[in-house]
Amino acid sequence: MDGARPLLELTGATVRFGADAALDDVSFRMFPGEVHSLMGENGAGKSTLIKAVTGALALDEGTLTLDGDEVRFPTPHDAQRAGISTVYQEIELLPNLSVAENILLGREPRAHGVVSQRRMRDQARGILADLGLDIDPASILGTHSVAVQQLVAIARAISTDVRVLVLDEPTSSLDLDEVGELFRIIRELKARGVAILFVSHFLDQVYEICDRVTVLRDGRLVGEYLTRELLRIDLVHKMLGHDVSDYKARQREPVTQPDAPVFLSARGVTARGIGAADLDLGEAEIVGIAGLLGSGRTELARALTGAAHLDAGIIRIEGRAAHLDSPRRAISLGVVYSSENRRAEGILAELSVLENITLALQAHRGIFRRIRPARQRELAQSWVEALGIRPPDLDRPAGTLSGGNQQKVLLARLLALAPRVLVLDEPTRGIDVGAKVDIQNLVGELADNGLSVMFISAELEEVLRVGDRVAILRDGRIVETLRSGDMTVDSLLALVAQPDEQEG
Amino acid sequence: MSAAMTGTVAAERPTSTFQTFLSRRAGMMPTFAALIILVLLFVGAEAFLRGDFITPGNISALLLDNAYLVILAVGMTFVILTAGIDLSVGSVMAFTGILGAQLLARGVPAWLAIVTMLAGGAVIGLLIGTLVQYFSVQPFIASLAGLFLARGLAYVVSLSSIKVENTGVLWLQTNRIRVGDWYITPTGLIALLTVAVAAFVLHLTRFGRTIYAIGGNEQSARLMGLDVGRTKVAAYVISGFCGGLSGLVLTAYSGAGYPRNGIGTELDAIAAVVIGGTLLTGGRGYVLGSLVGVFVYGTIKTIISFMGAEQSWMQIIIGALLLLFIVVQRAIVARSEQRR
Repeated sequence: MDGARPLLELTGATVRFGADAALDDVSFRMFPGEVHSLMGENGAGKSTLIKAVTGALALDEGTLTLDGDEVRFPTPHDAQRAGISTVYQEIELLPNLSVAENILLGREPRAHGVVSQRRMRDQARGILADLGLDIDPASILGTHSVAVQQLVAIARAISTDVRVLVLDEPTSSLDLDEVGELFRIIRELKARGVAILFVSHFLDQVYEICDRVTVLRDGRLVGEYLTRELLRIDLVHKMLGHDVSDYKARQREPVTQPDAPVFLSARGVTARGIGAADLDLGEAEIVGIAGLLGSGRTELARALTGAAHLDAGIIRIEGRAAHLDSPRRAISLGVVYSSENRRAEGILAELSVLENITLALQAHRGIFRRIRPARQRELAQSWVEALGIRPPDLDRPAGTLSGGNQQKVLLARLLALAPRVLVLDEPTRGIDVGAKVDIQNLVGELADNGLSVMFISAELEEVLRVGDRVAILRDGRIVETLRSGDMTVDSLLALVAQPDEQEG
Repeated sequence: MSAAMTGTVAAERPTSTFQTFLSRRAGMMPTFAALIILVLLFVGAEAFLRGDFITPGNISALLLDNAYLVILAVGMTFVILTAGIDLSVGSVMAFTGILGAQLLARGVPAWLAIVTMLAGGAVIGLLIGTLVQYFSVQPFIASLAGLFLARGLAYVVSLSSIKVENTGVLWLQTNRIRVGDWYITPTGLIALLTVAVAAFVLHLTRFGRTIYAIGGNEQSARLMGLDVGRTKVAAYVISGFCGGLSGLVLTAYSGAGYPRNGIGTELDAIAAVVIGGTLLTGGRGYVLGSLVGVFVYGTIKTIISFMGAEQSWMQIIIGALLLLFIVVQRAIVARSEQRR
């Protein structure tokens, strides 16, 4: 296959956002009649690369060639005209118009100079039938399920002379049957010689449908492989970015009190993206959560902290059933959550360090029990010192701090609430190594002081080092909870990456 | 798999014609509701007033008296379908009306005065549209600026009313085409023609479908390669043009231009559009619905004047109806979201 000429080729692609390179000298190619997958953790540059190919983002450096000719797409529409169609995760269609219009609008058939609804319906019916879909083309799109809307989006994408089809996480809201239907359509398009880029974080699906996979990490290219030649575990290694040989098996002391009193216990917790999860958090214990992107790490954290609605299950705190229906209620019960999305859901960049730290406490007390300014300053000062926030300037806008120090400010905000359970979602993502170690040590100290911590990270090595026990998440379920002393990064990796079929 | 989803891949085909109709025409329900309310109003008034209400004269007068509002509502429908709003139309109507009257009083030929009125309205619409599209100003604020601008311009033209003597313009109102006891004036014809042209444009041209697409999801419409920018500006230009046209019709109707005309009329137009079943969030609605909405509005006004009740009741009933319709629309939107 390598002898064939790639249909689409991206060479030396670099995209910068300010000083950070979201994509750094990445090369990428797609062959006709092949399904290609793009793999990587959050922030690896997948979506940047997709946007560069589909004309949604301009390249700072590098070239894009289509069928041997160098091309440049100022807008997504230009890419579409050149035969590159994209189906986004969020369905970019018009729920208020008919299925036929959603497929054909922009190049609608005409009769006597006006849009002909009848011919539009006939054409749309033909395109849908081509895909083996039986949908009334005159029905309003919004009356259909998400799955059907997704298929209509694909019908639109292929109704033009499509040569490259980009599917960005198309299966994240589909059930198994629906995925099967989608794969049938992908295979059919493949047979027609369309080059398909299939992005998904479900490894099973990637192995089922893809011929070739390109792995990205931190905006750089790790490599391009044929799926059939790449073991699943090697793929995960490459995504997470550590060779097994880098690690020495860590010997851990056994947890002093194996059966420390359980502070928070979850039984059969079911929410969007998480099914029947059982988890116990002991006092003074750190439970690490390991799982791939999309395995339900964040969903679990949100379910346990009142940020997501529980469909089923019960959460007990100190043995008593607790109804965690809002983050506010959770906070009053001593359960606090730090989001993985530090910039969007955490730090208030324009406010000062002082305000960022005292914010949650003031909000929790209510506006009528105002914390006196002198007391606020004293409180913030003590946290800045305790956590070693640099620079120790209370009045500096929090947005000007480094990532690691912003994370510490967030921690200080939560700790000011005097919590009993701390749920940290990727607290060390995107911060430098020194600050990472600081935060890991800090979490250890907090646990030593009696706090229960749930520590989520994409880096397995970190999960193992910080956690006393590690819960392994796969496809929204906790498949196993093991003592971290009993595991190596290697064995944990194997558990995380294991396909579903091999479960015992 | 992440979320448990119900619903099968190939959408279950509707089993009855009724279901097919629902899946195709769910958006028409509020307009049907408006039609039913109009019929109920007619029947109720007829029963209450013992057969004095549904007469050819009354029905003909309904169109005649509300022709200017029909035209405003048509323009407003374009804007609301794109999820925008145009608060300027009442003032634009006053400004173009007084401008036309002034030009005619100065001896400008009628055709030139009329063209100037229409162009004046369109230019104010263009201004608002440009602010909305290219300067990202909220439609509410941009058209509020247009409202003050047009009202100010109206006062610049004249502070007092100017009588229109031009027979050509007055002919639009005085000429009655009679069929038995029914009659229609050229102003009424202009109003109906506006509705017909708008319905044609909205349903049978790409421009019209783009208007709906923008209201559905502007970002998606852009990704589909539709010309979102030009279409949005054009919607405001159309609304402004309709403001100018209704200025002409109102001037003919009242026989004079008056700078204080149409204070609050933009709200009547919005009310008529909403009662007619167009969603304020855009993308759903019909221009024929807006015509029905104006008739509902006009009928309530007529009934109240027949009963000799206070004008304040008019406002209260319109307010209650608006509330009812917005609740009905919310329910419909909520249901369609639930079905996904």
